[in-house]
Amino acid sequence: MSVTTTSHTPTLQERLRGKGGHADRSFRGVVYVSGFVVLAVLALIALTMFDKSRAALSHMGLDFFTSKRWNPPGEQYGVLSYIWGTVYTSVIALVLAVPVSLGIAIYITQVAPNWLRKVMTYVIDLLAVVPSVVFGLWGILVFAPHVLGFYKWLSRTFDGWPVLGNIFGPNPQGRTFFTAGIILAIMIIPIIVSISREVMETTPQTEKEAALGLGATKWEMITGAVLPHSRGGLVGAVMLGLGRAMGETIAVALVIGSATGQITLNALTSGNSMPAVITAEWGEADTLKKSALIAMAMTLFVMTIVVNMTATAVVNRSQKRMGVR
Amino acid sequence: MNNVKRRAFLAGIASLALLATACGDDESSSDTTQAPTTAGSDSSDAPTSSAGSETTAMPMDLAGELNASGATFPKTFYEEAMAEFMSIYPDVTINYAGGGSGKGKQDLADQVVDWAGTDSTIKDEDLPGFKGGDVLYFPTVVAPITVSYNLDIEGLQLTPDTIAKIFLRQITNWNDPEIAAENPDVTLPDQAIVVAHRSDGSGTTKNFTTFLDRAAGPDASGIWTLGAGDTVEWPADTQAGEGNGGVAQIITSTVGAIGYVDLSDATDAGLNMALVQNSSGNYVGPTVEGASAAAGGAEINDNLTYSAIWADGADAYPITAQTWIIVYKVQPDAEKGMLIKAFLEYVLTDGQDLAGSVSFAPLPAELQQMAIDQLDQLEIG
Repeated sequence: MSVTTTSHTPTLQERLRGKGGHADRSFRGVVYVSGFVVLAVLALIALTMFDKSRAALSHMGLDFFTSKRWNPPGEQYGVLSYIWGTVYTSVIALVLAVPVSLGIAIYITQVAPNWLRKVMTYVIDLLAVVPSVVFGLWGILVFAPHVLGFYKWLSRTFDGWPVLGNIFGPNPQGRTFFTAGIILAIMIIPIIVSISREVMETTPQTEKEAALGLGATKWEMITGAVLPHSRGGLVGAVMLGLGRAMGETIAVALVIGSATGQITLNALTSGNSMPAVITAEWGEADTLKKSALIAMAMTLFVMTIVVNMTATAVVNRSQKRMGVR
Repeated sequence: MNNVKRRAFLAGIASLALLATACGDDESSSDTTQAPTTAGSDSSDAPTSSAGSETTAMPMDLAGELNASGATFPKTFYEEAMAEFMSIYPDVTINYAGGGSGKGKQDLADQVVDWAGTDSTIKDEDLPGFKGGDVLYFPTVVAPITVSYNLDIEGLQLTPDTIAKIFLRQITNWNDPEIAAENPDVTLPDQAIVVAHRSDGSGTTKNFTTFLDRAAGPDASGIWTLGAGDTVEWPADTQAGEGNGGVAQIITSTVGAIGYVDLSDATDAGLNMALVQNSSGNYVGPTVEGASAAAGGAEINDNLTYSAIWADGADAYPITAQTWIIVYKVQPDAEKGMLIKAFLEYVLTDGQDLAGSVSFAPLPAELQQMAIDQLDQLEIG
């Protein structure tokens, strides 16, 4: 933007440039460095992980990703079953958490009376700061033992059904993919709710009133005005929840049951996830196994980056479509 | 107690005086710099100089801090020994962080700890990574790993082959004829077996699977096929608990459950423990005596590494785990070196008496003497 001045009085821009030039430049420098530090840290993490995982990757080759055998005594390290566990528990968590979270967010922003809105917002934000180990301990000591009867009922009820019969298969115990999914769902609900709530609150009052003015019911107003307006933000909220679910370590480690080689649709059986394996097996690991665990961490790192990039792309696209920006 | 402290104090003053003359040239730590003033002001006192004659008999007064990490298996015993040691020498602080044998070895290799606890020996290919040079192994205690179960029967007798089949899910009911044959005097219930193992990588798992591998593995009956390691490929229809406490919790809360738990946790949880057949064919219970007998029957290498698992001896408990404190042979820091030596000496002598109270077994006399003799190999200063 070029500045054309006709009078002698300098414009605001000129005055700022003249007086603050030096401060401006050094500030810009500081900010550049700060920004660069983030990239450098990320790059160094990636580099270190790549370097330390080389031993395991060259030992296992492509089998590292395609084999489900994790057999330390035989120096066989395949992470496929743990990738499956990570993905499957996260998907279960999303399936359970997304409808509930959106419902809560819609209720808080559109339906609830003012006083209740404040209370609910506060309580849900409180849920977000509960340390994950607390969820894990609650899961292992309270939830897992008591949910067993429900699991047995599920697997009896859906026995022989297509798909559902596979998902709710035979159940030996309370620590399962499904338990991990439920605990994760509870953990990601506050994240999805608080972002969705803020996004929904940005719906212009005029659009909502226009919808109501055209004779729309509250439900039609929500589906017609609020949800389309907030779509990008909602996808972002869900993806953040997914990122949290995929990386969650200790709560999952406690309730997933720690079984190896499990690639099955049966949600009522034990398995394991990548972060849980890393934290559980690091302490006693020898050199090659450590390298394999780091390679597993790198796999997880790449997966979360892909999820985040997908989220960004989706958000951008729907924002463009909405004409925002 | 009070008396001990006072004598230690007197001996301390004397040793400070000695230090002042002995280590004048050393790049001085805080203790040695203070020594001349202390000695100087007290030099006219008769009691101080007369106490000097006692220094040879008494350990010198120790001060400083030692940091350690490693195996969680002996942690209870080390904590007990450290607490006693620190009450004798109030100026000494020792921290033991746990974290697993692997972490202990790595930390010692990187020189971030002064000593480390480990249940397993260092692999040859990892030795170059130890920046401080040669490492000495000091065996400290042994302890039985119990095969505990939740049934209303005490003293069930099991052979290694049967244990292997149970943990491989080839035997899934307690009334299996194979278990019945080993326990002719017992009525076994028609009760499904639930197998509990560790969810975390663990030295206890390594020792337990090493036992199965030796007693029922490819070189024996060939039943056990999962090998030996800190984690193995357990069958999927088994349950996993975090730590010894987690496995004990599964056994306590599940009728028909069986799992391997160290003796102190099994005792705390009040579990029933199986008598396991040893290499001599006798059924032996997981006791402190059985563990010491196993260590006594084990073959000791020159560097004091050994394995008490499936060791010879009529009274040996076959699943006996050993553990070591590892330190660098060369200790360039004199103060730290003295402290390490004094602590090791304590663990190997008076500390051995503490083992029983926390369900660990003292070393057999011969091995204990070998470890004490090895203290002289430490090169301090």
